[in-house]
Amino acid sequence: MKKTHIFIIIIIAVAVAIIVSSTSEASTYVTFSEAYQLASNGSSKSIHVVGQLKKDHAGRVVGIEPGADKVSFSFMMIDEEGKEQQVFYNQPMPQDFTRSEKVVVIGNYRGENFYAEKILLKCPSKYQETELNARV
Amino acid sequence: MLHYFIGNLGHFFVIVSFVSALAATYSYFKATVTDDPVRKEGWNQNGKFSFYVHALAVMGIVITLFLIIKNHYFEYHYAYSHSDKKLPGYYLVSTFWNGQEGSFLLWMFWHAVLGIVIIFTNRFWEAPVMSIFSVVQAFLASMILGVVIPGLELKIGSSPFILLRDAMPDPIFKVQPDFIPQDGVGLNPLLQNYWMVIHPPTLFLGFAATLVPFSFGIAGLWLKRYREWIRPALPWSIFAGAILGLGILMGGYWAYETLNFGGYWNWDPVENAVYVPWLVLIASIHTMITYKNSETALKASFILVIAVFILILYSTFLTRSGVLGDASVHSFTDLGLSGQLLLYLLFFFLVSVVLAVIRWKEIPTSSREVSTYSREFWIFMGATVLCLMGFQVLVPTSFPAWNQFVVALGGESNLAIPGDQVTYFSKFQIWFAIAIGILSAVGQFFWWKKIDRQEIKNQLFVPLILALLLTVVLVNVARVYNVGYALLLFAGLFTTISNAKILYAVVKTNPGLSGGAVAHIGIGLMLVGVLFSSGYSTVVSLNNTGMLISRSLSEEFNRENLLLFVNEPREMAGYEIEYLGERIEPRHKSGYINKSDVEYTDDPYTVIAKKDLEFKGKKLYSAGERFEIYPENTFYEIEFRKNGKVVFVQYPRLQVNPRFGNMASPDINRKVSLDLYTHVSAPMTEEAKEDWSEAEEIKVKRTEQFFANDYVSSIESIERIYEVGGQKIDSSFVAIRASILVRGERQEYIAQPILIIGTQSRGGIIPGIIPELGLKISLMNVHPQTDEITLSVSTRQKDWVVIKALEKPLVNILWIGTLVLMTGFTLAMVRRFREFRLMKAKGLE
Repeated sequence: MKKTHIFIIIIIAVAVAIIVSSTSEASTYVTFSEAYQLASNGSSKSIHVVGQLKKDHAGRVVGIEPGADKVSFSFMMIDEEGKEQQVFYNQPMPQDFTRSEKVVVIGNYRGENFYAEKILLKCPSKYQETELNARV
Repeated sequence: MLHYFIGNLGHFFVIVSFVSALAATYSYFKATVTDDPVRKEGWNQNGKFSFYVHALAVMGIVITLFLIIKNHYFEYHYAYSHSDKKLPGYYLVSTFWNGQEGSFLLWMFWHAVLGIVIIFTNRFWEAPVMSIFSVVQAFLASMILGVVIPGLELKIGSSPFILLRDAMPDPIFKVQPDFIPQDGVGLNPLLQNYWMVIHPPTLFLGFAATLVPFSFGIAGLWLKRYREWIRPALPWSIFAGAILGLGILMGGYWAYETLNFGGYWNWDPVENAVYVPWLVLIASIHTMITYKNSETALKASFILVIAVFILILYSTFLTRSGVLGDASVHSFTDLGLSGQLLLYLLFFFLVSVVLAVIRWKEIPTSSREVSTYSREFWIFMGATVLCLMGFQVLVPTSFPAWNQFVVALGGESNLAIPGDQVTYFSKFQIWFAIAIGILSAVGQFFWWKKIDRQEIKNQLFVPLILALLLTVVLVNVARVYNVGYALLLFAGLFTTISNAKILYAVVKTNPGLSGGAVAHIGIGLMLVGVLFSSGYSTVVSLNNTGMLISRSLSEEFNRENLLLFVNEPREMAGYEIEYLGERIEPRHKSGYINKSDVEYTDDPYTVIAKKDLEFKGKKLYSAGERFEIYPENTFYEIEFRKNGKVVFVQYPRLQVNPRFGNMASPDINRKVSLDLYTHVSAPMTEEAKEDWSEAEEIKVKRTEQFFANDYVSSIESIERIYEVGGQKIDSSFVAIRASILVRGERQEYIAQPILIIGTQSRGGIIPGIIPELGLKISLMNVHPQTDEITLSVSTRQKDWVVIKALEKPLVNILWIGTLVLMTGFTLAMVRRFREFRLMKAKGLE
């Protein structure tokens, strides 16, 4: 075997090791039930849950409760399986939060509550904006 | 009146640019494959002409779009969505690349410029290289074509010249199709920053420059000129490496100054998408240089130059197709172009892979075994590490695309980048960085001469010992008690010292060749700077009062943040610090103005000075003068003192930005060894600002001093006014304004309560508020007979703010390292261009 071949084999081995280790330490997108399952099995790893804010029949967001000092808050979120869960967030409410059409929370269950470390929002894009600015 | 003409003209230019790019592709293709020299020259002329037309059309698009933005034609969607009338002129340029269509345009613009440079500098390579350039331009032009193919309902591209009424189905357009909004939505204030004026064009020039080596590589395969393409391509690779690197670093610097995550690099998918191609580009420069010196690594050079361009396309696909939607905090808008982007990516991927496979056996290889003591071996190792380093970032960044791909095939995949991506990526990347540092320290010695085992030992001995000694000292002084960090420190020092030694030797003999050594010194300094500024950044705003800021906040937040009240000194980082209050920034003069010293009007952009306003002893405005401000920005003045003397003042900023989210930007005090980085972590809430105590009524004589919330106050004047908040008052009302001087701890304030008396109906009371002192004074009644007035005084908590401050050691080493790196790139580029011109002059190009 030539040196070049050994070299290529080593590179492939390292590349595979990179894929395996990057993937095994990756977080995952799960539902609230799966997240709960993971937490009760003793895992404290942060996971991603995708869902929407709870809304009433008129389309208004319901279930947002400010913390005592108005700097933190909690809200009701419904995941893709339709499970409802109260999510606590230790920071002020992100702007555009209530306008979001999709919410991704990254965090985990502690007991019965879900604590988010980070919230990603997906807001309607400019092409879906149907109303003009009020300053007309 | 809608301005239809300019939009139609712009759209016409887009179509011309698309068609002329196709024509140039065809002509240059024919010029490449035709053997007859006369017809070849004819096709070449055709191609040249078409490309000039194309370049003019691109300029035309740029100019028309700029005119639309500059003249505020808000009937156009692009102007409406990305600009407004308040925007200062130089930021009008930034609106250009705020939208996706504009950034495609910027990219095309650079390609057109580089294409013309290629036409002027190359004879032999012109036709094949330009046919590849032109086909890329045709693809890019199709991205902004904005044409819907009838019958198929297939949309090709998204035009920047689309009218607002076609982009937004607002009901008003049904009633009034000619409706034009008075003002636009405006440019994201976060991007209203000088770095954002120069960062995107730099980055896109870097993107565009990677097309040159790619085109030369493909042309080399196509014409079976496997060796000759390297020389003309190499200076361009170095140019691309320098510009792309500069663009990335500018982005990092902008993030450091403007965003408050406390660093310059966040491993966000958008950042990764340019970092990976840059690493591979640097690897390709190394293999190309190796080939030039020793005829090895030719195949690797082909693979890498192709990989760089494909990675650029892949990152464009990732960041613009909406695939990253859930994974990035940057908001991506999907313009419905993902199919087109994917087609673009696959086309170039397949064409280059197929071509490379067909020609693979013919590419000459060196049969010589590579010895461990040869420079080729070390450089090849370095290039490999760079590629693997990029690969490690590429894998997680591709998770979202991978998930969609697997789901599309009917499988299931739900991988995600961990929430704390900085820790996740750093953990892997540090080991690659250590390897890079050590390889570039050792490898550089092999660069210069054939070296045997004994010689290398002699050469390396001093730098190695020096680096080890310095590492040991620094580990103990700076307490680097972490194996990875200590190794990185060693790697950074080792490469800096080794390359400094080489530089010393080279400067004496042949200074023109010093680019490599200089660039590697830059890398070494950057590694050390990154290590200290990121690894040893410490929170200094520690809450040692024993009191919680708020019970409902996390323990960490309570521990690492300081609550500051106006005019109440605290200790922090060895300074006595004092919060002085909220400040605003005038639009047309530089300086900060106390919010309590101005009166707001109905227009949020205009305020009136209550007294003569000064900043640092310089008079800005006289009492009663109206001036414009940036209403979205509030600055929090914090004074830093040592032994009672003011050392510096910081103004961290908070931007209230309803469309894009509130944003705290730090203020940074830069010292040689340390940056003190302060940002607002929680501003005073609106509720707290409105939490006034029960009012207390007092009757005071016009000439008498009195106490308002324990501050000595006196009445300056009582007068009738005819305007309130910039509005004329109806003649059936009488408005009286009292000006009350309040002597605060640090300055005198003026409160101007207004009493409005109606002759026919009820009037009103407008209180005068001094937020900094937590004081609200209302004028309740005037008694001309006794020369007295009745005031009602209520108080609240003085203004406060919660801040977080970090010390970042040796950030300057990082910035100096980047400058050194850029100098190295420039030196190397100059050298390679000279070489290329010499060969060209000999007719060997």
